[in-house]
Amino acid sequence: MEIDFRALLVILMSTALVNNYVLRQFLGVCPFLGVSKDIKSSACMGVSVTFVMLMAAAVTWPIQTFLLDPQGLGFMQTVVFILVIATLVQLVEVVLKRYMPALFASLGVYLPLMTTNCAVLAVTITNITGGHTYIESLVHALGAGLGFLLAMIIFTGIREQNENADPPESFKGIPITLISAAILSMAFFAFDGVIDNLFR
Amino acid sequence: MKLTRKQILTRGIIKENPVLILVLGLCPVLAVSTQAGNAIGMGLATTFVLLGSNIVISALRKIIPGRTRIPCYIVLIASFTVLAIMAIEAYAYTLYQALGIFLPLIAVNCIIFARAEMFASKNTVFDSILDALGSGVGFTLALFVIASIREIFGSGSWFGYAIPWLSENSVMIFSLAPGGFIVLACVLAAVNKLTKTYELRTHPGCNKCPNAGACGKHEHAS
Repeated sequence: MEIDFRALLVILMSTALVNNYVLRQFLGVCPFLGVSKDIKSSACMGVSVTFVMLMAAAVTWPIQTFLLDPQGLGFMQTVVFILVIATLVQLVEVVLKRYMPALFASLGVYLPLMTTNCAVLAVTITNITGGHTYIESLVHALGAGLGFLLAMIIFTGIREQNENADPPESFKGIPITLISAAILSMAFFAFDGVIDNLFR
Repeated sequence: MKLTRKQILTRGIIKENPVLILVLGLCPVLAVSTQAGNAIGMGLATTFVLLGSNIVISALRKIIPGRTRIPCYIVLIASFTVLAIMAIEAYAYTLYQALGIFLPLIAVNCIIFARAEMFASKNTVFDSILDALGSGVGFTLALFVIASIREIFGSGSWFGYAIPWLSENSVMIFSLAPGGFIVLACVLAAVNKLTKTYELRTHPGCNKCPNAGACGKHEHAS
């Protein structure tokens, strides 16, 4: 089987930058707003989301193609995928607890919450609805995860600046954070032409 | 403190609105709120799943073991989501296409988990139905308000009907991603302002109380 690296690069770039999961498609907004308070935990969160996305894509694609589709059980996709992701998150939790207890403690409640992180489920479902091959699915998951990590880290920097700012009374807290997210989202519009100009 | 039935029903709509006060389930709120019609569809689908999962979880609350309750809830909620998806695909295909990936994502909506964990697992079936209806209507209402603002300014129409002057002078950013964040931020700020004013009117605090000095329970109000 011949692998088209160019096409893979296009998928990677377009999911990480142009169609960024958090800032353009609003997937995974909860951890994006919740964990982005200091750079260390946001980087940890980004890396573990990327890892879970990759694992989930690697496991769910064969399940859908070789198990659900031949049996005519495509409609069970949502239930099966969620269970797979829940199991994977549990696995990551056990491994982190055993080998990296400090990281485990800093991620806290957000690790189990990853089960209900819509970005992870969305990656696996988009892989199927988008008709990706196995390799393309993995690259798509990697791109989505890296995009999430990038958005998280940039946004943490912005929020640290926000701490010193003095917004109007009723905008304090979540509203001003959302406004910053809007500005960052606008900045990501600049990537719109990247794919067209680089690859076509 | 025991809540009355009426309080259980109404608190999800205003006092503990899942989106505007508790700030849960932001992903669908931001993503599906470009058109008021889609927002209502999404709200109703979520309310259905919330109702179904709350009924079953509260009915089975003595059977589901405490340690494995989360996986049980996940499977139940996902099953109801699949039911909702199939019904929408069969009877409202345009809505099915418009909502796209966000229909299966109802299964991972934090509001539904929060209601299951915080309410349905501890209360009777009837109370859970009221709670689900309250939170569902509150979610739909919040989604509807945000979607109306975005549709009226972003595409110059409301429920698909063009509005005379605005349809020629629409502000595109409202229907794009940043617009979603901005509108939600402004609505949350407005809600903050309103709750502050309301609280000041009903509980003026010790600063304005004439008996503050004589009262033993003096608190340093901000």
